[in-house]
Amino acid sequence: MKDLSRHINIRWLKPPIFLVCLAPLAHLVWMGFHDELGANPVEYITHSTGTWTLVGLCATLSITPLRRILKQNWLIRLRRMFGLFAFFYVSLHFTTWVWLYSGFDVHAMIADVYKRPFITAGFTAFVLLIPLAATSTSGMIRRLGGRRWQMLHNLIYISAIAGVTHYYWLVKSDETVPLRFAAVVAVLLGYRAIRHALQRKQQAAAAKRSRESVYSA
Amino acid sequence: MLIKKPSDIPYSEVTPNSAYMNRRKFLAGVAVATGAVTLAARSVSDWFESARVFADEAKLGPLAKSPFSTDEPPTPAKDVESYNNYYEFGTGKNDPSRNATKFVTSPWSVSVEGEVNKPRNFDIEQLRKLAPLEERIYRHRCVEAWSIVVPWIGYPFSVLAKLVDPKPSAKFVAFQSYYDIKQMPLGPRAGIALPYVEGLRIDEAMNPLALLTFGMYGETLPNQDGAPVRMVLPWKYGFKSIKSIVKVRFTQNMPPTTWNLANAHEYGFYSNVNPQVDHPRWSQATERRLDGSFFGKRIKTLMFNGYGDQVASMYNGMDLRKYY
Repeated sequence: MKDLSRHINIRWLKPPIFLVCLAPLAHLVWMGFHDELGANPVEYITHSTGTWTLVGLCATLSITPLRRILKQNWLIRLRRMFGLFAFFYVSLHFTTWVWLYSGFDVHAMIADVYKRPFITAGFTAFVLLIPLAATSTSGMIRRLGGRRWQMLHNLIYISAIAGVTHYYWLVKSDETVPLRFAAVVAVLLGYRAIRHALQRKQQAAAAKRSRESVYSA
Repeated sequence: MLIKKPSDIPYSEVTPNSAYMNRRKFLAGVAVATGAVTLAARSVSDWFESARVFADEAKLGPLAKSPFSTDEPPTPAKDVESYNNYYEFGTGKNDPSRNATKFVTSPWSVSVEGEVNKPRNFDIEQLRKLAPLEERIYRHRCVEAWSIVVPWIGYPFSVLAKLVDPKPSAKFVAFQSYYDIKQMPLGPRAGIALPYVEGLRIDEAMNPLALLTFGMYGETLPNQDGAPVRMVLPWKYGFKSIKSIVKVRFTQNMPPTTWNLANAHEYGFYSNVNPQVDHPRWSQATERRLDGSFFGKRIKTLMFNGYGDQVASMYNGMDLRKYY
């Protein structure tokens, strides 16, 4: 497939994608006003914002594989928005837990993070995303330098794994949906691992070739 | 066929990126997304409508009042009818109200057997008329840390037990729910072994609070709440109160129970409400009372769900941390 970068005006593309990313929140608000959140709205809001966080993380992580496989370099310019939306929904999720679920009971929350593995995992996933959101601006990329910035932003891999683990550990018996998210994350991270391994192998082979050519000369 | 549960907007309904590749189409794309959200929301309300159309609850009466009733305000009926754990009909809270609408509960019979002198098979109508029906407004505490207040209708289980005349060898009572994969196609996805089974020590089953329940809110039980007959054990976590009973068996040995089989570490045989013994994954110290207010209120959980006066003596000398 040809790279469409020259034909696509990213400025036109971003607003509609932005609106779609807001749709889950709009839907929640709409449901709230129409008494559609069910008997336990706190639970519904928690599950919904949590689910959309994982969707956002998966979307962010799928940009690089898609960009490479489809050879569409312009896709990279959407990655920050998806990442920030993942952070937006995880912030709503965290706020729901702090405010609506725990009622600002700090002792209960500390105990939960400390004692409950699924909350520990979820909390970890959230905390790891904070520095990524904070260093998402172009200015911060410049200040950190591309290499260091990339190192830091590899934290999203750990965050995604922790997020999926959080979901898997909290369900009582029906693991279908958490396992689906786990499968998606496994594919997206597996792609990177395999590519990394192949590159290593190629580099080693190239190094060997160059050594041999030195000896044969 | 598996019926998919539409939690939120399915990812498949989110307009794909490709729709936006061509910027001329993006406005149409926005329209599709808005449409999908509206449709998803509307179909949710449609299901609630259909639940009302299909359910054929009949008025029950006359109902005697009970001194065991709480004076706390009952949870709105629509919440109790649309927020259920009934995994045979799906694991989402609003799945049962949608998927159980066509559940056939008539004819229905309940077999009472085992270590008894007079085993019997009861037709549901017969069973309902064994004793005068009482209304009992009980607190109902789910192991998931939410609670409701429900005006149940039934009579003490002990009435039925005395009729079949348990032998001295009967130390426990085992219960079994209806299970038919044709009527409950989501059963295999529940993640728990079915049919659902539960059990009580015989003194627990004979406790005056243990209610053989046929109705709620003045009417027969809706399908998703355990029609046509269920147990209600207000001092235990909700999952002990087995729904849609087809078999009651008096036994010598402690019977297996579904959630204990699924995860013995998290769900014990007794499963009495106990704020001091946390579920391994969450605290049981507090609960969210679903009282019809927008977010419900968070309240302290009471030992034995506040029914200690009636039940605590049955557990004298037992380490409730060990026998959770």
